[in-house]
Amino acid sequence: MIANYGYKDGSGEYYISIDTDKCIDCAAERACLKACPQQMFEIITDDYDDEVAWVKKEKTRALAYDCADCKPAGGYTGLPCTTACTPGAIKHSW
Amino acid sequence: MITAGIDMGSRSVKVVLLEQIKVEGAKEPSFAVKKAHLMLPGDLDADQAAEKAFDAALAEAGVTRDQVKSIFATGAGRGQVAFATEGVTEMTAGARGAVFMYPQARTVVDVGAEEGRGIKTDSDGKAIDFAGNEKCAAGAGSFAEAMSRALQLSLKEFGEASLKSDKSIPMNAQCTVFAESEVVSLIHSSTPKEDIAKAVLDAVASRVCAMVRRVGIEGNVVLIGGMGHNPGFVQSLKTAMDVDEVLLPELPEFVSALGCALIAAERLH
Repeated sequence: MIANYGYKDGSGEYYISIDTDKCIDCAAERACLKACPQQMFEIITDDYDDEVAWVKKEKTRALAYDCADCKPAGGYTGLPCTTACTPGAIKHSW
Repeated sequence: MITAGIDMGSRSVKVVLLEQIKVEGAKEPSFAVKKAHLMLPGDLDADQAAEKAFDAALAEAGVTRDQVKSIFATGAGRGQVAFATEGVTEMTAGARGAVFMYPQARTVVDVGAEEGRGIKTDSDGKAIDFAGNEKCAAGAGSFAEAMSRALQLSLKEFGEASLKSDKSIPMNAQCTVFAESEVVSLIHSSTPKEDIAKAVLDAVASRVCAMVRRVGIEGNVVLIGGMGHNPGFVQSLKTAMDVDEVLLPELPEFVSALGCALIAAERLH
């Protein structure tokens, strides 16, 4: 399943997408958990008994603020989470 | 065999008791809803609310707890249904329930009190893609409710009023608090209530539509969740998504609980 968390407003589209099929048996040893400066991710057991990464429930409505430093204006050339996720499960729309 | 699905929403608790029935010649198991019960908790004790709603549904259906073979919970408060056998996400439950009711549906729009989401599903009712969690409740039912209060209209009047307007007034605020300020400004500028109601529902539909477009609009679209009772929102959503038809169950708020009860039954097999 591709899980999209985020929003769209007048300034653009800001979604974190996680392809949970690529999360199963993570080759990066769950590096996303430590890579995110805001600790946005957690590992949960999904409805099909697979261990996958999700955006923490309490963070889902705070993406506009918590991800602000990692938006283009923040100066990152490579986002910490997408860089750490070598299987390519995590993608950003910005 | 009877199974139960409990949808612990942020505003209400929905319980569906589902009975497996025998249909002559049918290859697949068939199901019938034995009872659908909704409770609006009077207090904030979600643990008690689930218990009370479940007991009330059992009493109304004349069923004992022992007769219920499995109980699955979903919704924002699913973790608080201590007596549930298992919990599933709103996406899994909503997609399963929607495809059970409309086998041709592939896009599910779920708009409840506090959250809205778009779900892409396969023919088995398995969620394969979803987008959810807007910045705030401005893409959900509680926003429409707050705005109807600002206009001093009941929710029913609010939905019906918007259908009488053909104006498109953009609402730019992304936050419920700022949006209410915009509504107050429109009231002060003597904008008719019908036009304001439509502007509000257009804004909610636009935010929901942005999420649905993220997953892509494919096949038939079905709307589930309590906002399905608002005819103005349904019209605004059709316009925003540019589709001719949005499939609407008679009781859209029960679809996720129904999906839950179905999954509970299927996992027993």
